[in-house]
Amino acid sequence: MQRIERLKESPSQTAGPYVHIGALPNFAGIEGVYAQDLGHRMILGDARGERITLRGTVYDGTGAALRDAMVEIWQADAAGKYAGQDGADPAFTGWGRQAGDMETGEFAFETLKPGPVPFRDGRLMAPHISVWIVARGINLGLQTRIYFADEQEANAADPILSRVEHRDRIGTLMAQPEGDGTYRFDIRLQGEDETIFFDI
Amino acid sequence: MSAFQQKQAVTQTPGGHVAPGGGLYARDRAWHPAALTPAYKTSVARSPSRAPISFPTTVSEETGPVFTRDLLGSLDADLIHNYAKSPEGAIGPRIVVQGRVLDEDGRGVPHSLVEVWQANAGGRYRHKKEGYLAPLDPDFGGCGRCITDEFGNYEFRTIQPGPYPWPNGPNDWRPAHIHFSVFGQSWGQRLITQMYFDGDPMIWHCPIVGTIPSREGIESLVARLDMAATIPMDARVYRFDIVLRGRRQTLFENRMEGL
Repeated sequence: MQRIERLKESPSQTAGPYVHIGALPNFAGIEGVYAQDLGHRMILGDARGERITLRGTVYDGTGAALRDAMVEIWQADAAGKYAGQDGADPAFTGWGRQAGDMETGEFAFETLKPGPVPFRDGRLMAPHISVWIVARGINLGLQTRIYFADEQEANAADPILSRVEHRDRIGTLMAQPEGDGTYRFDIRLQGEDETIFFDI
Repeated sequence: MSAFQQKQAVTQTPGGHVAPGGGLYARDRAWHPAALTPAYKTSVARSPSRAPISFPTTVSEETGPVFTRDLLGSLDADLIHNYAKSPEGAIGPRIVVQGRVLDEDGRGVPHSLVEVWQANAGGRYRHKKEGYLAPLDPDFGGCGRCITDEFGNYEFRTIQPGPYPWPNGPNDWRPAHIHFSVFGQSWGQRLITQMYFDGDPMIWHCPIVGTIPSREGIESLVARLDMAATIPMDARVYRFDIVLRGRRQTLFENRMEGL
């Protein structure tokens, strides 16, 4: 029989407590190597769409805030185009990277409310932001999504949310509006209100 | 010209990868460390206890940010000199780490940002929260980055990091290692891992290495000394390839866009 020669993905290892050194060196206090930390700014100019601030904190299973986590997000622009796709807004990178505050653990992204993008079969997915969380003690980066609590109609038709068997957990994926364009999205790694994570 | 003057302003290119093809191959989660690995104590309170929910990758996972080489400073891939004030650079055994970023089908992954960070030759990190008694090297920052070429090749120069003790068990030590953050071409390929060194006995004592379920998996993170490539009277070369998730190529998986 013929053989299928396929490689195995490199196994993940934790980002450890000092991920900031490599990913956000200026934040870590290592200045003068990179002019600025990557991912700090997502909006480069006159980007179209509604500007929002996303705030949140990552909590462990005891309810303590992680003060060493790093969060990255990837999202479409206001018209539902990812950077690199035809028609994407050139003033929006779509990618952001922030550390939790070293004292409080809170992170914040200044970004745009994304437009809807298609699922594989052409149905629209509700506006969402892909989220990736790494930290000491996390062996494989955690994938989740931010949806918006004020998009009820679109959320109800979303093909990913419809896969969630335990409907009472869907709230863990909802960013809650707090006024002035600010949304809160806390992430709970474990426990009663554990955030839904995805295997994608 | 000082290292600092050579720096260019670094911003992300407003662009992204839109790779052709079908969905990403499913991740083999039994090959990766489990979330809960009690010998690595910090994982106990930081591991999700519910099963992750699976879905086929969509445009959200099959696209990703792209970074172009013109955004890099000239010393970004040279950890010996990118923080140093002295012309000699950082203290420690000089090494070059080179390899390829590949996908599971063995194809080189071009234009992938690779970020690295590490302790100095004494095993000490330059970080506000690090308290190991080994001294800082005033000429070593510990971060570097590069972007793979069209064939997926990458390379950087650094000093070999030292092993160090860490608070976990009563006497746990990390083997010498370099942390790698790799983007690939799509969000679903995003990976952080660590590179270990050929012949280091500490590898087999480490609870973090031990989160990897198989010996074969562990060995896939051990860089090999490449004497043929080693630069005489300068630096030894370690070879380290990184494999990211691959992607189905069948034509029978056309996605209907924008309906």
